[in-house]
Amino acid sequence: MTTQDTIRRHTIAVLVDNEPGVLARVIGLFSGRGYNIESLTVAEVDSNESLSRINIVTSGTPMIIEQIKVQLDRLVPVHKVKDLTLEGPFIDREMALVKVAGTGEKRVEALRIADIFKARVVDATITSFVFEITGTGEDLDRFIDLMRQLGLVDVSRTGAVALSRGTAAF
Amino acid sequence: MSSGTILSGAEIIIKALRDQGVDTIFGYPGGAVLPIYDALFKQNQIKHILVRHEQAAVHAAEGYARSSGKVGVVLVTSGPGATNAVTGLVDALMDSIPIVCLTGQVPTHLIGNDAFQECDTTGITRPATKHNYLVKDVNNLARTVHEAFYVAKSGRPGPVVIDIPKDVQFADGVYRTPGESLPKSYRPQVKPDLNKVEEAVELLANAKKPIFYVGGGVINSGPVASQLLTQLVRMTGYPCTTTLMGLGAFPAHDQQWLGMLGMHGTYEANLAMHGCDLMVCVGARFDDRVTGKVSEFSPNSKKIHIDIDPSNINKNIRVDLPIVGDAAYVLEDMIRIWKARNKRADQAALKVWWDQINFWRARECLRYEKTDRVIKPQFALERLRAAIAGRDDVFISTEVGQHQMWAAQFLPFNKPNRWLTSGGLGTMGYGLPAAIGAQIANPGALCIDVAGEASIQMNIQEMSTALQYRLPVKVFILNNQWMGMVRQWQELLHGSRYSESYSEALPDFVKLADAFGGVGLRATKVSEVDDVIREMIETPRAVIVDMCVDSKENCFPMIPGGKAHNEMLLGPEDRVSEATPEEGMVLV
Ligand SMILES: Cc1cc2nc3c(=O)[nH]c(=O)nc-3n(C[C@H](O)[C@H](O)[C@H](O)COP(=O)(O)OP(=O)(O)OC[C@H]3O[C@@H](n4cnc5c(N)ncnc54)[C@H](O)[C@@H]3O)c2cc1C
Ligand SMILES: Cc1ncc(C[n+]2csc(CCOP(=O)(O)OP(=O)(O)O)c2C)c(N)n1
Ligand SMILES: [Mg+2]
Repeated sequence: MTTQDTIRRHTIAVLVDNEPGVLARVIGLFSGRGYNIESLTVAEVDSNESLSRINIVTSGTPMIIEQIKVQLDRLVPVHKVKDLTLEGPFIDREMALVKVAGTGEKRVEALRIADIFKARVVDATITSFVFEITGTGEDLDRFIDLMRQLGLVDVSRTGAVALSRGTAAF
Repeated sequence: MSSGTILSGAEIIIKALRDQGVDTIFGYPGGAVLPIYDALFKQNQIKHILVRHEQAAVHAAEGYARSSGKVGVVLVTSGPGATNAVTGLVDALMDSIPIVCLTGQVPTHLIGNDAFQECDTTGITRPATKHNYLVKDVNNLARTVHEAFYVAKSGRPGPVVIDIPKDVQFADGVYRTPGESLPKSYRPQVKPDLNKVEEAVELLANAKKPIFYVGGGVINSGPVASQLLTQLVRMTGYPCTTTLMGLGAFPAHDQQWLGMLGMHGTYEANLAMHGCDLMVCVGARFDDRVTGKVSEFSPNSKKIHIDIDPSNINKNIRVDLPIVGDAAYVLEDMIRIWKARNKRADQAALKVWWDQINFWRARECLRYEKTDRVIKPQFALERLRAAIAGRDDVFISTEVGQHQMWAAQFLPFNKPNRWLTSGGLGTMGYGLPAAIGAQIANPGALCIDVAGEASIQMNIQEMSTALQYRLPVKVFILNNQWMGMVRQWQELLHGSRYSESYSEALPDFVKLADAFGGVGLRATKVSEVDDVIREMIETPRAVIVDMCVDSKENCFPMIPGGKAHNEMLLGPEDRVSEATPEEGMVLV
């Protein structure tokens, strides 16, 4: 396989006008053109200018990723598109709430692993915990995988938020 | 009236349209747009053309826009008015036609209640438009209309919908002028990166087997772009081919023009594309109808792609030198730099290349059987060609099918904006309303819809519009009694099993013309063709010509789906080589 058909994961940040329909436009672009969305997060980041930031984790060949970026850029409410994966080092974080039910040794073990991962207990009953964990997507994957063997019953994840490292603005 | 004036929403719309230079809108009334119709009634600067179906309103606006270079404007009601317009919107989206379409909506407080004639217009039209708006505050209305015009015509042009609830049309609000109303974010790049243009000129000067591959983008860019292109092509002496959408961007009578390329393009154009060492794509988008089998598309060439829309670059075909910018600006820079650097084509190499091309040309790939027995569709078009020769004011629209391809192959387009066809969506029913739009934009011109007997029935009701406004449009039906293009594919690819492609129970088109108040003419014999064409042109009213042509004729050359440029079928004696592979069969 050449680099041209290697599928890679990219984290793309998009600055958009915070107006009705803008998320539908972005999602419609992905579904309409058959692009893949691994996660998508959105929230207002500048209330004066009414701007929202969308973080998209997607994957594709270099040609597809390029298409995704230029397609996003031509949407009218889109101000800027930044490929964090390409443009240098960046930080990404995701939060998950993870519910584990069980008693005895499994329960103790769940707590011990949570401690290692710096996950916080945000709810507890005699037979269950809800952990809050923040980290990269891979950190969360690993934590959740371990919890699977210890009575995992429910997971809710936010999807990734990301920023470039260093002083540069968007 | 200055900015800041208080007007009703409906008045704001009319004022904003006026300030955008609109003189004509195509529409159809209904409950949710009555305030706008009322405001139209009270003024006489904007002319409203009442169509007979909202799809036709959009196609007419497309014909108006493409033939005039202006933005086409449409006004339709909520619900069914808006849904009927959707086909036209997608058509304009695919073919880069600037349209602003105003749709009525139920009052704001009823949105989402399944109110009478409510539909989620912005939801439905989101993927059908370049952009759309729902205006809930009358104070945003003027700004939105102005922004819509800006978006429709800048960058890669396209359709924009503005959905306007009825209460907003009644409410009073502040008027804003166009100058105050640019969008915050959308700024397409029009001027190219000069380093890239320098590089392009260098490639151009060093090429041995170059070709210009020119598309609709040159027409979008305006007549100046066509002039500049023609200048550059002539300066270099290189061959030039155009897409279906690019016809007219380079004069068809010029020896350097190889004809249209692609599925039904000429032998010489396609083989030159296949064999070239440098391809200069100007405002074309490497459509699958042009590339054929992608993996075998022009395998040995360097490719320069000039396009205003970066998303059309490296989409289907990887290119070596992308240049983002408006065709006119880029061509102007190329010409300037070519001259400044004293560039000259490699004449020896060019001669060899032209010898090769002329050898391909000698195949005369558009040849067809000359006969007195039956009217060949190509013959009818050749006679039409002769009848309009030398005229500068002829606008040809088409429906979709074989007749469309023959029109592209046999009619001469020497200037831009005179060829109106549905290329990207391939919408049967486009041609008659488009001819109406062109006739309104160009009073006194000769506007002809080259039609098929099946397609014309999709928007035949627009004959009534033509008669109402005394538009002398001509419908030139190449009546082969078949959905010829479908039949051709069934013959070549589905074992001649002609499933549902026969045009059964056709109306008598002469009587039909008469019923609408137009003039009907028919030719069934070769000897009648010229007379009918002459009478059609001389009749100062709407005419339907029923040109009864050979029902078996197929359109050649043809590159079957999934095949490469050098696997072209030139005539009925050619068979599709070795059962078309399955990947080819699934292509449309
Ligand atoms: C039955 C049928 C058969 C067909 N057969 C053929 C065929 O044989 N050959 C053929 O060519 N087509 C054929 N078509 C049409 C085909 O489907 C496409 O519509 C057509 O090839 C696209 O033309 P284009 O590449 O010129 O692009 P267009 O659709 O005209 O797009 C214009 C391009 O130019 C760019 N652009 C826009 N404005 C500017 C500007 N100001 N400056 C620079 N760039 C700009 C746009 O971004 C876009 O990339 C057929 C259609 C039908 C219905
Ligand atoms: C709205 C629509 N429906 C279906 C088609 C598919 N189609 C393409 S060409 C064609 C046949 C057109 O027949 P006719 O108008 O008689 O033209 P001919 O090919 O015979 O010249 C059909 C059905 C289409 N292009 N548009
Ligand atoms: Mg037919």
